[in-house]
Amino acid sequence: MWSLLKIELFKVFKRPRTYIAFIAVWAIVTLIQIAIYVDGPKYMDFVMKDIKDNFDVIGNPLNGYFVCFIILQTLLIHVPLLVALVSADMIAGEANMGTLRLLITKPISRTKLLLSKFLASSIYAIILLIWIAILGLFVSMLVFGTDGLMNVKSYEIIILNGNDIFWRYICAFGYAAIALITVASLGFFFSIFAENSLGPIVATMSVIIVFTILTTLDIPLFQSVKHLFFTSHMIGWKGFFEMKVDADGVSIPGTIRNLPAVLRSAAILVLHIVLFVGGSIFIFNRKDVLS
Amino acid sequence: MGAKPYLYLLVVTTIRFMESIIKVTHLTKVFKEITAVNDLSFTVQKADVYGFLGQNGAGKSTTIRMLLTLISASEGDIEIFGYDLLKHRKKILRNVGAVIERPDLYKYLTAYETLQLFAKMSEVKIGKQQLMEQLELVGLAQRAHSKVRTYSQGMKQRLGIAVALVHNPELIILDEPTNGLDPQGIADIRNLILMLSQKMNKTILVSSHLLNEIEQIANRMLIIDKGKKLVEGTVNELFSPDDTLIYLESRSNVICENVLRSNGYGSYITSFDAGGIVLKLRKEQVPALTKMLIENNTEILGITPRHSLEDYFLKITTANQHVEPFKN
Repeated sequence: MWSLLKIELFKVFKRPRTYIAFIAVWAIVTLIQIAIYVDGPKYMDFVMKDIKDNFDVIGNPLNGYFVCFIILQTLLIHVPLLVALVSADMIAGEANMGTLRLLITKPISRTKLLLSKFLASSIYAIILLIWIAILGLFVSMLVFGTDGLMNVKSYEIIILNGNDIFWRYICAFGYAAIALITVASLGFFFSIFAENSLGPIVATMSVIIVFTILTTLDIPLFQSVKHLFFTSHMIGWKGFFEMKVDADGVSIPGTIRNLPAVLRSAAILVLHIVLFVGGSIFIFNRKDVLS
Repeated sequence: MGAKPYLYLLVVTTIRFMESIIKVTHLTKVFKEITAVNDLSFTVQKADVYGFLGQNGAGKSTTIRMLLTLISASEGDIEIFGYDLLKHRKKILRNVGAVIERPDLYKYLTAYETLQLFAKMSEVKIGKQQLMEQLELVGLAQRAHSKVRTYSQGMKQRLGIAVALVHNPELIILDEPTNGLDPQGIADIRNLILMLSQKMNKTILVSSHLLNEIEQIANRMLIIDKGKKLVEGTVNELFSPDDTLIYLESRSNVICENVLRSNGYGSYITSFDAGGIVLKLRKEQVPALTKMLIENNTEILGITPRHSLEDYFLKITTANQHVEPFKN
C-alpha cells in the first residue's frame, strides 16, 4: 500500500497541472497582501466605519492574523475547485490516457488502487493547505506583525488576544483539511464514472455551488435539511475564532464557544468522506473497464 | 531398460510442451442486450504464439479484457496457468504482461520513469541496468530519458510492450499491437513478437484484424465473429498447400490464359481478378509454372503468392456460421 501511495504521489507531483493550484494560491495571497499593505488603513476604516465612534482601538488591528483571516475567508471558497482539479482527475484522467486498464492488469486489488489514489489526492489537498498556511499566515505575520484579532460579525465583535490566536489557526487549518478532503472524496467519487476529468470537476463544483445556495436560501424546506449538506459544515473552522463568555459577558481566553458543534460538523464531514470513498470502492470493484 | 530415463524425459518434455497456459470454457459476456462474446472456448498452449482473429467488433477485445480482469464474464470460466482467474487473480497477473490497444501511457513521464513505475506496481525490484536493458530490447534506450509526449505512436507501442515485459512474465497478451502504426512500426512489433517467442520462449496471445500480420507470427489461431468461435487450429491446418493461391499479372491476360490452358494449367485457374489471373495450386508447382511461362515467351509482369487465409476468413465471417477447419 505504501509503495502504491508513493507511486501515486510521484505521478501527482510530476504533472504540470498539479502546480496550477500552488501558483494560483500564491498569486491570490500575494495580491491580497499587496492590496492590504498599500491600502490597509482605508480598508480598516471601511471595516470599522460603524464601530469606530463607540470604540477606541489600541494596537495594530491590521496585523498578520487579521490579514490571514481575510485570506482564509476569501480563499477557502475557491480552493475546493483547485482540489477538484486533481482529485476528479485521479481515475477519469487515467481512463482518458488509457493507463487505467494497464493499472488494473497489475497484481494489485482495485480497492488498494483506489485507496492509494484517494490518499494521494488527500495528501495533495493537505500540502496545498500547508502552502496556504505558509503564505497566508506565516508570511503575513512576517510582513504585518502580530497583535490581537478582531473578528467582526454582523451582530458582534470578537476580540482575541495576540497570544490566544496561533493555536486557533492550527485548529482551523486542521479543520479545513477535513473540509478539503471531503471535496477531494466527492471529486474522486465522480471520477470513477467518467472518462475525462472535465465532467467530474464540473460536477464537483456544481454540487458545492448548488448546496451552498440551498444552504443560504431562507426557505423552510431547505432550512430543515441543510445540516445534512456537507457544504453547511465546510465553514465550521470559523468556530475556532469564537470564545466562551462568562456570566458578566466577559470573554474567556483559551476557550471555544461551541466546541461540540465544531466537532459535530467535523464528524459529519468525515462521514461524507467515508460515504464517498466507500461508494467509490463499491462501484469501482464491480465496474467493467472499457476505456 | 536403459532407455527408460530418456523415455521419461521425453514424456515430461511433451507434457510440459502441451501445458495449457490459458483455458477458456464457455465464456459469455452480455452488455445489456448485446452479446459481445458468446459461449467461447479455446486453449492456448505453452510457447504458443496464438493469433486471435476477427473483424472489428467481433469480440476480441472483450475476451482479452475478461482474461485481464478488466471486465467480468457473464458466464463461463477462465483458467490461466491452471488457476481459476477470479480466485487467483493476483497470483496469475504477476506472471502476465499486457498491451491493450494503443497504450498512451503517462505523457509527462520519461520512458525510464514509466518502466520503473510499472516495475514497482508489478512487485519486482529491478535495477537501473535491467531497466535500460528492457528499453534496449524494444529499441528505446537512446530515448530513455525523453518525455513520452515526444514519442511517435510506434515508440509508444514499443514502450507499452516494454511495460508488459518489465516483470518478465510467462504470458504476454497483446491486443491489436499494430493498430495505428506505419509499415516500419508494424515490422518492428512483428520482429519483437517473434524474438520473444523464439529466443525467450514466451507464450503470446496476439489479437488483430490484420490477417497477414498474424499469419507471419502465429503457430495457432482462433477466428471469432460476433462473439462466437468460427475456427481454431494450427497454422498448418489452416494453410493447406492445396490452397496456395498465385496471382499472375501479364501484359495480355488472353495470351497468358491460352498459354496456361494449352500447357495443362487450365484447371488451376480460379478467377480473373483486377486484371490478373488467380491460380490455385501447390507451392512446389510454382517453379514449373514460372519456367513454362518463360519458355512460352509470356510477358509476365508479376507473380505474387496469395494466401488463402484472407479468402477463408472472409468466407467464414461472411457466412457467420460454424465450419470445420481445413484438413490436410
